[in-house]
Amino acid sequence: MSRLAMSRVATIRLFVLVALVAVLEILIRVDVIPKRTLLPPSEMAESLVLLLISGKANQDIVQTLTCVVAALISSVIVGFGLGVLIHRVPRLRRALEPFFATYYAVPFFIFYPVLIAIFDLSLLPIILMGFAFAVIAMTIATLNGLDRVPRVMAKLARVHHMDGLDTALRMKLPAAAPHLFTGLKLCVAYSFIGVIASEFILAPSGLGHAIAYAYNDFDNRTMYALMLFLLIIVITVNMLLHGWEQRLMRRWTGR
Amino acid sequence: MADIHARLSRVTRVYAAAAGYRPVHALGPVDLEIRRGEFFSVVGPSGCGKSTLLEVLAGLQPPSDGTVEFEGKKVANEVPEGVGVVFQEDASFPWLTVWDNAAFGLRRAGIDAAEIKRRVGDALSFIGLKDFAQAYPAQLSGGMRQRVCIARTLVLQPRMILLDEPFGALDAQTRLLMGDEVLRLWRRTGATILLITHALDEAAMLSDRVGVMSARPGRFLDLVETKWPKERDSTIVSQASFGEVTARLWHHLRGESMKAMGQSAPAVAGA
Repeated sequence: MSRLAMSRVATIRLFVLVALVAVLEILIRVDVIPKRTLLPPSEMAESLVLLLISGKANQDIVQTLTCVVAALISSVIVGFGLGVLIHRVPRLRRALEPFFATYYAVPFFIFYPVLIAIFDLSLLPIILMGFAFAVIAMTIATLNGLDRVPRVMAKLARVHHMDGLDTALRMKLPAAAPHLFTGLKLCVAYSFIGVIASEFILAPSGLGHAIAYAYNDFDNRTMYALMLFLLIIVITVNMLLHGWEQRLMRRWTGR
Repeated sequence: MADIHARLSRVTRVYAAAAGYRPVHALGPVDLEIRRGEFFSVVGPSGCGKSTLLEVLAGLQPPSDGTVEFEGKKVANEVPEGVGVVFQEDASFPWLTVWDNAAFGLRRAGIDAAEIKRRVGDALSFIGLKDFAQAYPAQLSGGMRQRVCIARTLVLQPRMILLDEPFGALDAQTRLLMGDEVLRLWRRTGATILLITHALDEAAMLSDRVGVMSARPGRFLDLVETKWPKERDSTIVSQASFGEVTARLWHHLRGESMKAMGQSAPAVAGA
C-alpha cells in the first residue's frame, strides 16, 4: 500500500474515532444515556487532567506500570527461551502442544488466591498473573517464527562457520522477527490484562484497585478518568508497536 | 598432469530410514576429480543426488562411505576454509541492506572496516548492484537477490565456488545473462567452480567439463569436455559445436530422466 493510501486510511480511522466520541458526547448531553451511568468524554478528559495535576494517582500509576513492565519483560524472555528450547526438541514439542492449545481455556484468576497465600499481598502475585497470562503467547509465537525460518539459513550458518548461539541470534532471531513481533504485541496486551484484573480483584494499590475503589465509592469522575488513562496508555503502546511492525514489514516485503 | 583441487573417492550417501520407509541410497559410489580453476557442471535427472553431491563436497553432509578431499585435505563434516556456496533458494537476509548482506561474512570473520568497504564496494560494482547498496532484498528482483548472495560469497574470496542451481527460479533470458556474469566472475577470480544445474544448455554454455549423472543413486555416466576458449559468453549458443555438446548430454540424460520418471526409455527415432 502506498504512503498516500496509508495516510488516507489513517485519516478515515481518525475520523471514525472522533465521530464515535462525538456521538457518545451528544447522547449523554441530551440525556439519552444518563450522566450518572456514563460521563461525557469531555468530562472524562477534564477529570483525568485534574487527577494527573493533583498527583493523587501517581503511586497507583507507577505501581501498575512497574508490574506490567516486569510481567512483559519476564514473559518475553522466558517465552522466547522456552520457544527456542521446545523447537530444538521435537518430542518435547509433540508432548506439550496439547497444553498450549488449551492454555488460554484455563480461567487463570482462580490461581490468584493461591499466589496471594504463597507470596502475601505484594506485587509478586500480580506480576506472576501478568506473566502467566502472557508467557505462552510468546512461546507459541516463537515456535511459529522458528518454523518459518527457511531451511537454507541453517546451511548458510554452517558455510559461515557459525555456532549454535550465533546462528540463533544473527540468523534465526531476525528471520523469525515478524512472528516474534506478534508475540510481543500479545504479551503487551496480556500483561496489562493480567495485572489490571489482579489489582481489580484484590490488591492494596494500583490502577485496577483504584478503579474498583472508585466504583464501590460511586466516584464516577475518578473511575472514568482512570479508565480513560488506561485506554490511552494501552492504545498508545499498541499504536507505537504497530507503527514499528509496519516499518519492519515494509522493509521485509518491499510494500 | 592437471592440478586436482577437489577429489571424491568412492563416495556414497545413504539417508537413514524414516519411520516405515527404507533407507534412501541417494548417491554413488562416485569418483570425481575437479581440476583447479576449471568450470565444472553437473547435470542429471531430478532427484539423482546432484545437490547431495554438492553438499557432501561442501562438508554440509558427511558421506556414508568414501572420502572427500579439498586441496589435499580430507573434508570432515565442516565447510572447508576457501569454499563458498550459493544455494538455489533465495538466501539473502531480508532484514539487511544489500551492502550489509554482502558484508555479513566479512564482519563475522573480523576483517577490518576499510577492507570490508573495499571488498564489498568492489563486489557490488562487479555484479552491478552498487546503486542498490542501501536497498533491501524485498525491493529487488529474484535475479538481483541471487546476485546479492553471489556477492556475499565473492567478498570472502573463495578458491572454490559451489553453485547449487542458483538460477533455477529465474526466467530463461535472465539465466543466460546471469550465466555471462558467472563466467566473468570465474575469469576474474580464477576460482574453481562447480555448478549444479538441470539445464543442459546452461551446463554446455558455461562449463569446461560437464558430468552427466544417472538416475538415483546418482553415478557419473560421462564426463564431457566442451573445449570452449576461456574467453566465452552466452553467444556461444549459436555455434554448431554447442549443439553437438548438448546433443551428447541429452543422449545420456534422456533415458535416465525417463527412468527417474518411472518410465522405460523408448527407442530413439533414427537410431
